[in-house]
Amino acid sequence: MYETKYHRATSVEAGARLMSEAEDGKFLAGGMTLIPTMKQRLASPSDVIDLRRIEAMKGIVISGRTVRIGAATTHYDVSIDEELAKICPAIVSLAAHIGDPQVRNMGTIGGSIANNDPAADYPSSMLALDAMIITNERSIPASDFFVGLFETALEPGEIITAVEFIAPDRAAYKKFPNPASLYAMAGVFVARSGDVIRVAVTGAGENGVFRLIDAEAALASNFSSAALDSLIVNPDGLLSDMHASADYRANLVKVMARRAIAEIANRPM
Amino acid sequence: MGVEGIGARVLRKEDKRFMTGKGRYTDDMVVPGMKHAVFVRSPHAHARIAGINVEEAKKMPGVIGVLTGSELKADGIGNLICGWMIHSKDGSPMNMGAWSPLATDTVRYVGDAVVLVIADTKGEARDAAEAVDISYDELPVVVNAVEALKHGAPQIHPEASNNMIFDWDLGDEMATNDAFAKAVHVTKLDIVNNRLIPNAIEPRATLGVYDAAEDHYTCWTTSQNPHVARLVMSAFYNVAPENKLRVIAPDVGGGFGSKIFIYPEEVVCLWASKKTGVPVKWVGDRTESFLADAHGRDHVTHAEIAFDQNNKILGLKVQTIANFGAYMSLFSSSVPTYLYATLLSGQYDIPAIHANVKAVYTNTAPVDAYRGAGRPEATFVLERIMETAARELNVSPAELRRKNFVRTFPHQTPVIMNYDTGDFDATLDAAMQAADYAGFEQRRQQAAKRGKLRGIGMSCYIEACGIAPSAAVGSLGAGVGLWESAEVRVNAVGTIEILTGSHSHGQGHETTFAQLVTERFGVPIESVSIVHGDTDKVQMGMGTYGSRSGAVGMSAVVKALDKVEAKAKKIAAHLLEADEADIEINNGDVRVVGTDKSLPWFQVALAAYTAHNLPSGMEPGLKEGAFYDPANFTFPGGCHICEVEVDPETGVTEIVQFVAADDFGKIINPMIVEGQVHGGLAQGIGQALLEGTHYDASGQLLTASYMDYAMPRAFDLPSFRILTTETPCLSNPLGIKGCGEAGAIGSPPAVINALTDAIGSNELSMPATPQVVWNAIQAIK
Repeated sequence: MYETKYHRATSVEAGARLMSEAEDGKFLAGGMTLIPTMKQRLASPSDVIDLRRIEAMKGIVISGRTVRIGAATTHYDVSIDEELAKICPAIVSLAAHIGDPQVRNMGTIGGSIANNDPAADYPSSMLALDAMIITNERSIPASDFFVGLFETALEPGEIITAVEFIAPDRAAYKKFPNPASLYAMAGVFVARSGDVIRVAVTGAGENGVFRLIDAEAALASNFSSAALDSLIVNPDGLLSDMHASADYRANLVKVMARRAIAEIANRPM
Repeated sequence: MGVEGIGARVLRKEDKRFMTGKGRYTDDMVVPGMKHAVFVRSPHAHARIAGINVEEAKKMPGVIGVLTGSELKADGIGNLICGWMIHSKDGSPMNMGAWSPLATDTVRYVGDAVVLVIADTKGEARDAAEAVDISYDELPVVVNAVEALKHGAPQIHPEASNNMIFDWDLGDEMATNDAFAKAVHVTKLDIVNNRLIPNAIEPRATLGVYDAAEDHYTCWTTSQNPHVARLVMSAFYNVAPENKLRVIAPDVGGGFGSKIFIYPEEVVCLWASKKTGVPVKWVGDRTESFLADAHGRDHVTHAEIAFDQNNKILGLKVQTIANFGAYMSLFSSSVPTYLYATLLSGQYDIPAIHANVKAVYTNTAPVDAYRGAGRPEATFVLERIMETAARELNVSPAELRRKNFVRTFPHQTPVIMNYDTGDFDATLDAAMQAADYAGFEQRRQQAAKRGKLRGIGMSCYIEACGIAPSAAVGSLGAGVGLWESAEVRVNAVGTIEILTGSHSHGQGHETTFAQLVTERFGVPIESVSIVHGDTDKVQMGMGTYGSRSGAVGMSAVVKALDKVEAKAKKIAAHLLEADEADIEINNGDVRVVGTDKSLPWFQVALAAYTAHNLPSGMEPGLKEGAFYDPANFTFPGGCHICEVEVDPETGVTEIVQFVAADDFGKIINPMIVEGQVHGGLAQGIGQALLEGTHYDASGQLLTASYMDYAMPRAFDLPSFRILTTETPCLSNPLGIKGCGEAGAIGSPPAVINALTDAIGSNELSMPATPQVVWNAIQAIK
């Protein structure tokens, strides 16, 4: 690791100010990607500004069916939230299966979506839940937020403070892990609210998370895993690497989508 | 058997310090004035070094020295060697290319060491390493051994034309061809044995200390055999004379073969310590382990097996291309030859065998012994082709094997080995019964109802441990003998120290070796200490690999204990005024048989050291040494049965049952043996299902971290069922056969046989990842 200055921000404003003063700063929101990258000397920020201790960015607030998760909330805290589990068990289960216990206790939802790793779990939920990404400057719909591999709509210095979404009627997340890293090789989040069905896929797309529009259409007329039997997932635009070809990923996307729907069907309301 | 003697499940004495983080590893060693080293390694798989500029690096903060290969050469440090001579079938010696500890003119794989940077801190050394300016002219690259043999392939060493190191034969080719001419059925199979990266939990490390006042060197290192390290560094690398070089291998966190070899780092750090006048420590990081530890396996094989009308094997033909990587590592040449082709007869009576092995240089990390070393490759060939043949002949896999088992001993195979004992029906029966083999069809049908493809597969393996005798291995080209030494020191108060040339890096010697003493004299296990891993304490030894510590190392201890016991009895007979033949040592008492006359053990020991009243002419003291050179290999064998369920939608394999029935001969500590089997099975299953090493066409290692290299995790493995049968080995005093590698040897073919049974296709390569299995299922749809 190269020499770097560590700052612990105590407020969102202080975090933004520290970043504006830094020569080549980086926000730290868990560090599950940034720290290993720095240790390998692949990143060398002059300043690291830790957002994880900002109290205003922590915790889960539920009012009615509106859910607001502070950006500095750890995966572990999401995974054990009993109130959230009552109205959106899918996101609780997703959080419970990110990485390993160490990662879940350090990593945060804000860090995950700001990094937008194409194999991260949370982006699929944000997209499928039609979440709003709230920053210190504005609110960005998830559909505009995730731009490409490790690329988001965030402007330099902009801080995600929370995410907000309406709990769906039903939802489920199924992922197929990479045998080595256990990151998603295909993760599918299905959410249904009334007649609106959204299916988002992580781990498989060349440009990161994406919506599976064909599946949404098929499910709108018949919300059952059988509705996807004839679905053909196009391997064009899917990632292909030594672990999984695009064809195999296309198959996994379909299988995970069907299993997510089956889980919804089998789960009591 | 006492509660702490042979056969007892004694808890491991060493675990207290390991489990509480108090082990003392090479990286824990700190000496005054110690500095930190970083190697600058080649980013290219094959390139000519056009220039090395170290001037900027030397000016960096904290830098003590920046050293190159030309300085190393100028100081007379020699090239690294392979210590086992193999001759090609035309009689010519193997074509060994030069391996300079620091590359001077050419780099041959990504990770090849080029420059050493020493600084006050590791961070400063890293910074300075980035300031070293090496210019390379890239050369064409070949990573695949089959491609490397083709005409026009990139030439890696001038000494090895067309990259061929040797073209070696074993067995009678004519007799084998004759056998095939009589065949009623021939089964053919093409097999790839995938390259593995060892991944010991402790990365390699070394601390080189030169003491100018004494003109003496100390090398702390993560070694499985410190004495061989000293011998080789002294005799071949010209680092220091043996009496001026002390090698210490303290606690070592796993080796699996990868820490047998002498690597550039130890040699360079010792030399650098003298050159710079400071102690030099290098601790490899995980990426360096992936890049620059010796890898394992990497064979491409075509095999054919011939049967008569009664399904008796007539002959076996095997052609193997073995990837050696960029340099010949210390024992690399022995692995695909005398540790591989000699095991191709397996548990079967095969009248004629012919094997040809071509050893090939490529632009990849050097390949050498890795848990099993040649024997897993042989077992994979034989047990895959036997299973395939059974399917082709439409007979049960068990019956085809049974039909061909060796049942009379000693049994001379056509490939050197002479099996002393074994009972292959016993292990097969035990495994089939434990696995409820008969109930499989029902389980398969039940699985089908759940949408799962269920399959069962077996592997009947034999292996050879405790490579020996020294004269025989010498005649086959080994540069060393393969005996072991021991010394038993009885202290004046009766406590006992065992000095052994074996080295423990996870095996539990501090417990099992002490059990031998407890068994012999009845003294409490806490009063026995094991000393190993230091050339200043143990005079000479051959180290631990090839499952040899029990069969060879313990046998040496037994020999030394015999001498101690004889002398103790003489002293006791003298003190008790009895006949020496009437003395027995039991439960810590030395007594005259059939009387109440006895002495506690410590009084006999004390008498040896006070020397006030010894038999006339006897020297004082109670300390004896022994060297033990085995008369033969030992031959553990067994049967592994694996049952899998495959999810056809995703290609995911779940091992739903794994049974290992092994004959290890006599067992000293069943708990430790079971642990060895568990670890071996995990590694074998890892090879079968998870561990794939990928280089791209330019020679970059794509699987250089745990993000891409899948090691087995607990959830990848079932709860194993471990059974043992016992036919004691005849060639050593304890009847031990060895257990360290069996799990990794027997399991890969059992897994793949089960998987191919499940999916109904024999076209399946290792590692059989979900993607590979899914592809195989799609291919037959």
